[in-house]
Amino acid sequence: MSLTAEPGRLGAAAPAARAGAVEKTEAPPIELATQEGRNKLIGMWLFIAAESVLFASFFAVYLALRHSTMGGPTGKELFDLKLVFLATALLLSSSFTSVMAVLNMRRLQAGAMKAWLLATWLLGASFLALEAYEFNHYVHMGHTFTSSAFGTAFYSLVGFHGAHVTFGLLWLFALLVRNLRREVTPYIAPKVYAFSLYWHFVDLVWVFIFSVVYLMGKVA
Amino acid sequence: MTTISVPVGGVRKKSLLWDYLTTVDHKKIAHLYFWTGLVYFLIGGLEALLIRTQLAVPLNHVLDGKAYNEVLAMHGTTMIFFVAMPLLFALMNAVVPLQIGARDLAFPFVNALSYWLYFFGALLTHVSFLTGDVPQGGWTGYFPLAHPDYTGYGMSYYAMGLQLSGLGTLLTGINFVATIVNHRAPGMTYMRMPLFTWTTLIASILTMFAFPPLTAGLFLMIYDQLFGGAAFDPAKGGNPIIWQHLFWIFGHPEVYIVALPAFGIFSEVIPVFSRKRLFGYPAMVVATALIAFFGFMVWVHHMFTVGLGPLANGVFGVATTIIAVPTGIKIFNWIFTMWGGKVRMTSAMLWSVGFIITFVMGGVTGVMMALPPADYQYHDTYFIVAHFHYVLIGGTVFSVFAGAYYWWPKMFGKLLNETLGKIHFWLFFIGFHLTFFIQHFLGLWGMQRRIFTYLPGQGFELPNLVSTIGAYTMALGVIVFAINIVYTFVKGKPAPADPWDGRTLEWATPTPVPEYNFARLPLIRGLDPFWLEKQAGNKTVPPAEPYADIHMPNPSILPFMMSLSLFIAGLGFIFKDQYHPSFLYLALFGVAATLLVMFLRSVIDDEGRHVPRELVEQEDAKGVSA
Amino acid sequence: MVRQGRKKGAFYVPLFTLLALALAGCGDPRVSALVPQGSNARESLSLIQISAYIMFGVMGVVIFLLAVVLIRFRAKPGDRTIPKQVEGSNLLEFIWTAIPVLIITVLSILTVRLTFSMAQDHSDDPNALKIQVIAHQYWWEFRYPDLGIVTAQDLYIPVGKKISAELWSTDVIHSFWVPALTGKMDANPGALLDGKRQNANRFSFDAETVGVFLGKCAELCGPSHALMEFKVVVLPEDEFNRWVEAMKKPAPKPETTKAAAGEQTFQKNCMACHALEATDPANRPGPNLANIGNRLTIAGVLPAGDDAERAASLRRWIEAPNAVKPQNDVPGTVIMPPFKDKLSPEALDQLVDFLMLQKVDVAPPKAAAR
Ligand code: HEA
Ligand code: HEA
Ligand code: HEC
Ligand code: CUA
Ligand SMILES: [Cu+2]
Repeated sequence: MSLTAEPGRLGAAAPAARAGAVEKTEAPPIELATQEGRNKLIGMWLFIAAESVLFASFFAVYLALRHSTMGGPTGKELFDLKLVFLATALLLSSSFTSVMAVLNMRRLQAGAMKAWLLATWLLGASFLALEAYEFNHYVHMGHTFTSSAFGTAFYSLVGFHGAHVTFGLLWLFALLVRNLRREVTPYIAPKVYAFSLYWHFVDLVWVFIFSVVYLMGKVA
Repeated sequence: MTTISVPVGGVRKKSLLWDYLTTVDHKKIAHLYFWTGLVYFLIGGLEALLIRTQLAVPLNHVLDGKAYNEVLAMHGTTMIFFVAMPLLFALMNAVVPLQIGARDLAFPFVNALSYWLYFFGALLTHVSFLTGDVPQGGWTGYFPLAHPDYTGYGMSYYAMGLQLSGLGTLLTGINFVATIVNHRAPGMTYMRMPLFTWTTLIASILTMFAFPPLTAGLFLMIYDQLFGGAAFDPAKGGNPIIWQHLFWIFGHPEVYIVALPAFGIFSEVIPVFSRKRLFGYPAMVVATALIAFFGFMVWVHHMFTVGLGPLANGVFGVATTIIAVPTGIKIFNWIFTMWGGKVRMTSAMLWSVGFIITFVMGGVTGVMMALPPADYQYHDTYFIVAHFHYVLIGGTVFSVFAGAYYWWPKMFGKLLNETLGKIHFWLFFIGFHLTFFIQHFLGLWGMQRRIFTYLPGQGFELPNLVSTIGAYTMALGVIVFAINIVYTFVKGKPAPADPWDGRTLEWATPTPVPEYNFARLPLIRGLDPFWLEKQAGNKTVPPAEPYADIHMPNPSILPFMMSLSLFIAGLGFIFKDQYHPSFLYLALFGVAATLLVMFLRSVIDDEGRHVPRELVEQEDAKGVSA
Repeated sequence: MVRQGRKKGAFYVPLFTLLALALAGCGDPRVSALVPQGSNARESLSLIQISAYIMFGVMGVVIFLLAVVLIRFRAKPGDRTIPKQVEGSNLLEFIWTAIPVLIITVLSILTVRLTFSMAQDHSDDPNALKIQVIAHQYWWEFRYPDLGIVTAQDLYIPVGKKISAELWSTDVIHSFWVPALTGKMDANPGALLDGKRQNANRFSFDAETVGVFLGKCAELCGPSHALMEFKVVVLPEDEFNRWVEAMKKPAPKPETTKAAAGEQTFQKNCMACHALEATDPANRPGPNLANIGNRLTIAGVLPAGDDAERAASLRRWIEAPNAVKPQNDVPGTVIMPPFKDKLSPEALDQLVDFLMLQKVDVAPPKAAAR
């Protein structure tokens, strides 16, 4: 609700957006400087709320079906916590790098921002590579998408998260390509900020996956 | 409805088609939703007539079992997803920005995307008629019946089509929440928002939380149908009941997604035609929120006979009955808005009064069905069919008709003919009760729903015939409406800006509404702002700002292209199983094209354009004098 | 629970027969939920009626208020006066919150009590008759695990005895419904996990009158969902026991050469899917045909009022089952093939003759016409 302090004034805010000039002493951070920026971020929050419900549904389905292995390998037999732990560490540090990117963005340091974003991209990509390796390993152990309801539920949930990471990487790629030569402006800032919100969310979901799928799967 | 717009690069004349394909203007998107929804209403209505014709006499041969199930599934799916919601979205798009004093939605581009996703989702579902595998599993798509092993690939069209249009709906929900939170004119506090805006806000929040479970369910459904998934397949340890939970966790809030905006429309119409402010405004707001809140905790009332046990049945049954309380508050507030007023029985008002009677009848049967031991008898019979047509038609369809008669002058610049409007109402209203009242009894006498025929000698003959006659009477009503529309476009006179002595902000805008809605954003000084200013002797609502350049978004073909790409992807995924594996490439092409469009959208700068101040002033001077 | 139900019944019945008359008016007693002849249906109806009368009251209030408004508060033509702008009224709004709360509280208490009492499990009750109901596209299989017999389409039960049923499905979801005796219970397919059948349901019902009641499948299950009907034959207890004993006997042997030829045809063409003996242990894909000569309908829908009609229906069915019950030709559905072109007319005659022999000498009650 803090976003509503000043009710909508598309017309009034727009010229500032075009000029691209924002005084550094002003109270709202750069990503909230324009009406478009405020819209984008509330939109992102709402989208994340909806996505949470989506993931919650997949979690519920997974919990309902995780014992339906139909003779195939169980989670306990499959999961290798060491590997998953490494993946978790990678993803969590990418959250940290994206925070650094946003901090530098607010200081209008485009170069540093891009460097941190690049680091985020690389960490995300290594996470994805590990996940691909992991899935490949499972398939060789006979745990596939079609082998049992457990398989379908597992890959639906974890794979859906993986798809989110992939999409995030594509998005970040587009963001970097577009802004390779540009400064930080109130036009770009909300885009970077929205990405970092998304990225935190994807991380958070992973924390849940780590505990519900892997840890619980190991002890159950 | 010509509005002068000046693209940054200078004036360019656009064809009407191109204009509508690329528009991001909420008023034009409203038109798109409206006409598309109306066409699907005729299609869904035609399917209803087929259903009723087949059931007119026992052992009839108009449709066989398979064809009947196809028509039935398409009727339910079409009416809920491609008629009820889009028609409400049409009115929301047309009205809500005007009511809160905004120049457009928060995300005009996304708004266009939502429409095109709906358009192509509905189209994808209907492509099934060309391929021969039409959905046969009802609008609820229960597994395992929805698996190709039992009904072919029809239900894949259902799943894919709903996935597309559902994404559009979700985005619409987000868009309206962001708009209403961020784009209210100065002084438009939450407790000064008109109720239609309020119900739009709350229905949009419902959408945000109700559609994701459906999305998850549809993903799993598509996996099971087309990719060898097993979530719902008992042979591989899956559980078909999970689909029912996911569907109804969505499905029950869904019925309020189509009911709450309807309530909002009546809350606009009734005060205007009673010339009295809405009775108990705060209570109306709270009741709306309560209905939405409880709406999430009752889904099991669709599953009382699944065998979830007495505890679940009892708890969800009781929770369901609670919704009667806030709904009752609304009903009585409407009645007492009229009480002591000066009631003008225009067409819009006729639909509103008809709504109160009809909806209450549907609501009280809902409460009866919420009692599990009684529902063991009602469930999956014509009693249910009667209930939900009473609420869906008596609520949503009546509200769309009321809204059409009420807002037509603002949307299309002309007044619908009132005499034809009244004929339309009476034919439809009488036909409606003729069709559906008797169905309560049919259900109790033992007629289950979704049957393509029935045996003679069980007492079902006469009631079914009556019901069929009623359906044709409704069809006559719809034809009169169609005539009215044509007549109005051909012969109707231009409407004044404020034909009904309106109360809310949309009536303070000139007709036709300029592209940017408000030359200067208005200053809101209370509930029913226009009415207040008129009472204070002012001609219109005062401006809150000086004239300035107005920033407007650029039109774009990308929403259309992106939806088209997803449509192609969806078809490809189905065709790969239905026809030939190599259609997978078509699907991958569609996915790639989608990503490409998204990439384009994110790398091409689009900072919009500006309508220059001089032009705004010039148009404003014309508008006020009109 | 039977007794408890009766006691409650004794209190409600006189009151509600009166109300039922007002509510029902008509409805075929074999199939109407408004003419209950089993304790479940009676208890459901009691709640239906209480709630219906409350709802009539609610409707009455709303219609009355609307009528007043429409008569008293219409604007006269040309009247431009502005009525008093009322914001609301705390008292009124309290009233129309409190009264509905009261109503739903009362309804909820009644409901919760009844929900639990109707859900009592009789699977360990030594006095209850245990049955298994297995739904198939588009027919019903009834097993009596304690009696060692199986039948199809016609469910025979003794009057007044609790029937403890276990339900499941072998393909899609179906729903078991006998409006005059009991509300619905779904027959779900389910995975076998650790030897347990997921989603199998248990519930109990009974019949309070002797007669034949129509049962229906109430969940959309495919093109022939409408035709998935069955009958519940309620017999006096001793008659029921005679039926059981008769069903346990081996299938009648043909005495004429014509019927003997029919038996040959049957063994060649039909045995893979159909058993002739109610005690047959094999799980065959088609309905058990023991007592087919006494079926009240053939395949649930074809008329079988007397032997001639039954024989004609049998023949019609065997010649072209898909013309009677349309099916989707898909991997999930077991389809009985048409025999019109496979068997000569004489062979069909012989086959029908043979099938007509398959009957036990306990005739269903005379009220049995379709
Ligand atoms: C617009 C859509 C809409 C609306 C608003 C409602 C509103 C309600 N519905 Fe309905 N319903 C559907 C659409 C809708 N429904 C559909 C489509 C289905 C079938 C789906 C399918 O299977 O295909 C369905 C099915 C359905 C079932 C499942 C039945 C079954 O399949 O066995 C149940 C059971 O509880 C139910 C209950 C209710 C209740 C309690 C309300 C309440 O919200 C009603 C509240 C309103 C009132 C009660 C009237 C006004 C109140 C007063 C005047 C106050 C005084 C009243 C009292 C104290 C009683 N509905
Ligand atoms: C908003 C939703 C909505 C609306 C408006 C309607 C409208 C109608 N419905 Fe619908 N109905 C549903 C939602 C809706 N329905 C749902 C969800 C189901 C459940 C599906 C399922 O079980 O899965 C259902 C099921 C359903 C059944 C139950 C079938 C069964 O269980 O076997 C029946 C039967 O009478 C029926 C009848 C009607 C009729 C007569 C209308 C009438 O009101 C229609 C009036 C409109 C017209 C008559 C249009 C006029 C058309 C013309 C004049 C022709 C012009 C044509 C062209 C030029 C193309 N409907
Ligand atoms: C492939 C399996 C199959 C074969 C072979 C088959 N049937 Fe059937 N039969 C079925 C099925 C399945 C049904 C239930 C169909 C329904 O009611 O929807 C059925 C139903 C029947 C019924 C109605 C049963 C009732 O309870 O009313 C009769 C009679 C019958 N079959 C006779 C025959 C005869 C005679 C033959 C051989 C000439 C035969 N069937 C061959 C599968 C088969
Ligand atoms: Cu079986 Cu419907
Ligand atoms: Cu519901």
